Amino acid sequence: MSQTIPQHNDYNLKVVKQFAVMTIIWGIVGMAVGVLIAAQLVWPALNFDIPYLTYSRLRPLHTNAVIFAFGTSALFATAYYVVQKTCQVRLFSDKLAAFTFWGWQTVIVLAVITLPLGMTTSKEYAELEWPISILIAIVWIAFIIVFFGTLAIRRTSHIYVANWFYGAFIIAVAMLHIGNNLAVPVSFTKSYSIYSGAVDAMMQWWYGHNAVGFLLTAGFLGMMYYFVPKQAERPVYSYRLSVVHFWALISIYIWAGPHHLHYTALPDWAQSVGMVMSVVLFVPSWGGMINGIMTLSGAWHKLRTDPVLRFLIVSLSFYGMSTFEGPMMAIKSVNALSHYTDWTIGHVHSGALGWVAMISIGAIYHLIPVLFERERMYSIKLINTHFWLHTIGVVLYIVAMWISGVTQGLMWRAVNADGTLTYSFVESLEASYPFYFVRFVGGLFVVAGMLLMAYNTYKTIRSDKVRPSEPLPAAQSV
Amino acid sequence: MSSFWSGWIIVLTLGHLIALIVLLKWNMKNYTDVEEGESMGHEFDGITELNHPLPKWWTYLFWICLGWAFLYLAFYPGLGNFQGLLGWSSSNQHVLSLEDSERQTQQALEEGRLVQYVRERARADEVYGPLFASYANQTIEEIAQDSDALRVGQRLFLQNCAQCHGSDARGGIGFPNLTDGVFNWGGSPADIKHTLMQGRVAEMPAFADQLGEQGIREMAAYVLSLSGRNVDRDLARAGEANFVTCAACHGMNGKGNPALGAPDLTNNVWLYGGSQRAIEETLRHGRNGVMPRWDSILGEDKVQILSGYIYSLNN
Repeated sequence: MSQTIPQHNDYNLKVVKQFAVMTIIWGIVGMAVGVLIAAQLVWPALNFDIPYLTYSRLRPLHTNAVIFAFGTSALFATAYYVVQKTCQVRLFSDKLAAFTFWGWQTVIVLAVITLPLGMTTSKEYAELEWPISILIAIVWIAFIIVFFGTLAIRRTSHIYVANWFYGAFIIAVAMLHIGNNLAVPVSFTKSYSIYSGAVDAMMQWWYGHNAVGFLLTAGFLGMMYYFVPKQAERPVYSYRLSVVHFWALISIYIWAGPHHLHYTALPDWAQSVGMVMSVVLFVPSWGGMINGIMTLSGAWHKLRTDPVLRFLIVSLSFYGMSTFEGPMMAIKSVNALSHYTDWTIGHVHSGALGWVAMISIGAIYHLIPVLFERERMYSIKLINTHFWLHTIGVVLYIVAMWISGVTQGLMWRAVNADGTLTYSFVESLEASYPFYFVRFVGGLFVVAGMLLMAYNTYKTIRSDKVRPSEPLPAAQSV
Repeated sequence: MSSFWSGWIIVLTLGHLIALIVLLKWNMKNYTDVEEGESMGHEFDGITELNHPLPKWWTYLFWICLGWAFLYLAFYPGLGNFQGLLGWSSSNQHVLSLEDSERQTQQALEEGRLVQYVRERARADEVYGPLFASYANQTIEEIAQDSDALRVGQRLFLQNCAQCHGSDARGGIGFPNLTDGVFNWGGSPADIKHTLMQGRVAEMPAFADQLGEQGIREMAAYVLSLSGRNVDRDLARAGEANFVTCAACHGMNGKGNPALGAPDLTNNVWLYGGSQRAIEETLRHGRNGVMPRWDSILGEDKVQILSGYIYSLNN
């Protein structure tokens, strides 16, 4: 390539910095709310009899904050960064990029206000009422324009694999969000879905599972494909593997929703097709894990000294684990045991805390010194402490929920010699009690780690150890 | 489902699985002009990509899963209207009423299809039915003396009744306490069984319009006085003047009428709360109590055992 490679300041890093810092702040907020509601399940009095603090209202606040505030801010930050760096061109539009930042923060603040007030569509992960839904759609379309506009004006001949995943995630989320949120408003703060009955349930879980598939998987795989090879300083293991697993993953995920509706009024054919596709999905999911972990071949020793790389690689292990667990839970007979129990919550958190949070944390630790032109993070030791706090927290959390969930599932189906159920519901709740405490402790570990991260970031930005001017990347001809 | 949509589903599902096979086969060959294990030659911000082949074990896994997918869709319902070779279904489909369900069950049995829900119920009835029947031959009074039967009764209660009446059967606001010997619809074995089998609908009308706010306050005071509570005597006396309206159901002496489910107002047992305010609320807006019917859900044998259990709580 004959053009000169853009320098640090030629990129729009302002919006990346903004989203990166907000990722940390919203991470702390969202996870702290999670710890509070975990504590409420152990000590119910912690809602203080205040309606705004009841579990029912804070739980959607927690999920919205971690998925859309923490996770999606991380995706915005890294997507904007990666697309610029791998296309060697500044963002398509600075103004629109700034709009996506302020628009998205507005959405989050509105969520923080309306959800505790009890305004909700009652659709899981799509609780925000119609005016906010419309704002989300507008911001997202701006995101599409900025991202694909940047791809269109790229100065590289190929599109890097990370951008395939980011692109798929951005388009699919727009489609899912708009599809599932179509509603008839009855007032400024209340609307009713245009779907009803089993169709509504199907739309909801088509959206719900693909929020997991595209936002929490494809988007973060994009992140993985940039930050893992970058941090390990190793080439990506297999180009052809990325081709197969990309197309297989994005085309199969969209079918998987019905596994949330096994043994319901959803017709059997839809349940079966959803289950079959969910099981097949196991293979392309692991394709991503293999490609990420094998990228480390020849550089395994770096794991011993680099806690950032450790975050990234352990996140891939959790990804592999939850993408094995998920297809298994989608099988009807396994689902008959696991559905409606804490096992599901454990599964979600092994994905959310293990995969999504760890890859984001690793990516942000990589980014902060680069963005703010510092030599390195203020304290590598603190990153290491964060790594262990986080890992211990996640393990405590998911193991507690596995035990609790399987216990519940087994208790609910246990029958006496006379065919009556052995346990009443409240007995299974009592059995879960100790595990709710363990989960709460796990959550504390995770939040403690996030606070360390915030401190470390603050000290890094404030430090005066300016990064020596970046050596030009080897300009290879393509 | 119309055959168009059925075909649509079949084409999309099988087409997708076949496309995956093509995708996999295509990438198992090295179609690039780069040797395996070498760099692809692209470079993005210092990141390069190698052209390693797909891991063999991973391609095997893919083939196995794809093969299984075709097999599953052959045996189980998935491809549109095709019912699958096993003729299995999770439950009767598109059921709108109990009759609908029974008719479909009959039809499924005749066609030799396997409806999982119906099969599991039938199996449970076959195994446990005689057991329940052996207890249910006894009278309710006998069951109330039979500790084995009572254990079964208690389990049935915990699973089906405790949601409203509480694990200890002592009820709550709006849900009768079943241990205090007070039964608005009668506490004889036959009455209890009737309540369980057929359910009950109790209606206390609203008197806000007829009595007015002052009248409601007076009537509440009078009602409280019936069970010997301390009230403002003047208010109560004024209330008594209007009590004839209430007497239609509750009787002139306020002792209630089990035939109508009208509570006894003299025993100081209050289903919806016994404070002046709670009774005013009852008078103002009325109350609607519903006990669901259990005959079609539990069947008569289990109801017989449950009746014995509830009878035993009071006798």
